Amino acid sequence: MAHATAAHDAHDHGHPTGWRRYVYSTNHKDIGTMYLIFAIIAGMIGGALSIAMRMELQEPGIQIFHGLAAMAYGAEGEAALDQGKHMYNVFVTGHALLMIFFMVMPAMIGGYGNWFVPLMIGAPDMAFPRMNNISFWLLPPALCLLLISMFVEGPAGMSGVGGGWTLYAPLSLDAGHPGPAMDFAILSIHLAGASSILGAINFITTIFNMRAPGMTLHKMPLFVWSILVTVFLLLLSLPVLAGAITMLLTDRNFGTAFFVPSKGGDPILFQHLFWFFGHPEVYILILPGFGIVSQIISTFSKKPVFGYLGMAYAMVAIGVVGFIVWAHHMYTVGMDADTQAYFIAATMIIAVPTGVKIFSWIATMWGGSIEFKAPMLWALGFIFLFTIGGVTGVVLANAGVDRSLHDTYYVVAHFHYVLSLGAVFAIFAAWYYWFPKITGRVIPDWIGSWHFYTAFVSANIVFFPQHFLGLAGMPRRYIDYPEAFAGWNLISSLGAYLSAIGMALFFYGIFRAFTSKERAAENPWGQGATTLEWTLSSPPPFHQFNTLPVIK
Amino acid sequence: MVITLITLFVMGLMLYVMVKFSARKNPVPSATTHNSLVEVLWTVIPILILVSIAIPSFRLLYLQRDIPAADLTIKVIGNPSWNWTYEYPDLGVDAEGNASVSFTAYLLPRAEAEQKGVPYLLATDVPMVVPVNKTVKMIVTSDPEGIIHAWTIPSFGMKMDAVPGRLNEDWFRATKEGVYYGQCSELCGKDHAFMPIEVHVVSEADYNAWAEKVKTAGAESARDFLFAKLKAKGQLAQN
Repeated sequence: MAHATAAHDAHDHGHPTGWRRYVYSTNHKDIGTMYLIFAIIAGMIGGALSIAMRMELQEPGIQIFHGLAAMAYGAEGEAALDQGKHMYNVFVTGHALLMIFFMVMPAMIGGYGNWFVPLMIGAPDMAFPRMNNISFWLLPPALCLLLISMFVEGPAGMSGVGGGWTLYAPLSLDAGHPGPAMDFAILSIHLAGASSILGAINFITTIFNMRAPGMTLHKMPLFVWSILVTVFLLLLSLPVLAGAITMLLTDRNFGTAFFVPSKGGDPILFQHLFWFFGHPEVYILILPGFGIVSQIISTFSKKPVFGYLGMAYAMVAIGVVGFIVWAHHMYTVGMDADTQAYFIAATMIIAVPTGVKIFSWIATMWGGSIEFKAPMLWALGFIFLFTIGGVTGVVLANAGVDRSLHDTYYVVAHFHYVLSLGAVFAIFAAWYYWFPKITGRVIPDWIGSWHFYTAFVSANIVFFPQHFLGLAGMPRRYIDYPEAFAGWNLISSLGAYLSAIGMALFFYGIFRAFTSKERAAENPWGQGATTLEWTLSSPPPFHQFNTLPVIK
Repeated sequence: MVITLITLFVMGLMLYVMVKFSARKNPVPSATTHNSLVEVLWTVIPILILVSIAIPSFRLLYLQRDIPAADLTIKVIGNPSWNWTYEYPDLGVDAEGNASVSFTAYLLPRAEAEQKGVPYLLATDVPMVVPVNKTVKMIVTSDPEGIIHAWTIPSFGMKMDAVPGRLNEDWFRATKEGVYYGQCSELCGKDHAFMPIEVHVVSEADYNAWAEKVKTAGAESARDFLFAKLKAKGQLAQN
């Protein structure tokens, strides 16, 4: 017993240093930092895949992928061409899975959520610090499994998973991918999913039980509200995905036939299960962004958020309705008209709470005293671009119109406006907003601002023309396309190169911050920054709130 | 369109607040955090706009999905080898109930497409042929051992997934003679981008002549016969 007591004392008076500090970490700030670094690494890989795809699509014909296949897998001639075509699908799949599971989710929930939920509610740490550790450390193996899957056999004689992030059966079964690559990808998603479920449990417990005295639910900052809604979506939707991909796994390896039509299974069942997860998932990606943007708009307008309760419950409404709209991804599978009509109506309802949020952000700025610092620019960009993505979403909600646009570049443009230009802009907004708090260092404002200007211009050049391609009927996930689509594809590709150059500014900003002697103040943003994290030093102490703050 | 107006409205509001309420112009922020009237308005007005979109949307949906009596039925099958098989059961069935007219349309290779002056990646070696102003019912499916494809002609507003083990039905009525193209619209593996769809809409007389020919001489002869006829009338421009 004496030994245990001694160990307990040691725990109180110090913390591990060196590699142990991170590998064994139970500190929400260190874990949050690791999540952010992990997200940057995954984002770079995912971004590189997308640049390769835009290079391929720059002009009609197959330009680079047979060469890439020859380099990666040593294929030659006709085989290289076949592998190249498949490799393009592998890149499409890899880009999506990396960006969703290994970039946006770790950055928003694992990174900013871990860092700022405890700080904002006045808690010393997360409720289950060790579970927090395993949540993070499940992700690197998951990423490794996904990357390994690109180099083992998928379809006969070809490497990697080219089934899209949706992994539709039977393409993901023996009929399309008999090799082990698909099993690697499934296990990767299993691990990433387990990580997220554990994280979700941790956040729910923390938010419900560890708020400082006086911090009622209706006084919580909107970022905490957004994380709370998000993790509920995770907790309820991810088990469905886990079930669906486990059924894939047993269909593939143990002779079951859930989705095998020739043995009486139904491929459409997989689509229902997948989208029952998949639709909440896209709200999981964007909801924390709503929270981030609310904090930033309020800070830089020097005004409290307009219609706070409406904002909080709009997110709850989006979360709830998000569970009952899944089959709007499946209008062309052959559902009957009444079912489609229901999903049209349910989907369009989501536009109402989303509209409330957009208007409330504008009303927050109305009468404010707005400072256009870098985080504010990113947040303003978010609102405008998310609005574009939102209205095209309402167009796609209508089954009659979607029949023409389904699986075309219009859909690609739509979801990149809400995710790439929505979620990712929110991540960068939060980056420039919280970087001084996280590191205690300062990124010069001009770097964040010019990063924003290049990203805003280039992302619009990439994705706006894709609306036209989609309206003209160009299907998505195509390595080659008829001459008629050449013009807008070229412009889109040029925009992608510009955005890659813009990313250099992001890294230059980090470089400048860590090489300059400038240190951040407790609250670099002034009177508008009213949440609890700005009452602490920058960076905050290893353990904060030893005496809990009291909220009046 | 409504979406353009809404986007411009939001952009206008944003530019207005960005100019009017910048720190330089408005150094002292107001403390307003609630206004029930505007909150109700920006909830109710979007609902009204959505309802006004929903009514024609539902009408279109039921027009699409109430499938009228067919003048002609065609079954299309997506193959695992990335091409489409067309069956015309109306032109006769054999003793086992299989359509006697059944042919597979392959991608026209680039050299041949360029030589004929038809678009590569859209043109097929043999086309599907339908009469103009007739209701055509499409039965869409996929090889039972295969994967999901999707058959579409954007100009017809028709897109239907070809799912193994399922028969999906859809319809169109083409009102203008001509050549129409489509491409597979559900990710199906390495040659997803290389399984085009080509439909020729021709007069009823030309269709009947083609149908007689395809029954006896096969799809390629029927195609040559039809194309010669159309070229003679100046309705088809290709080499």
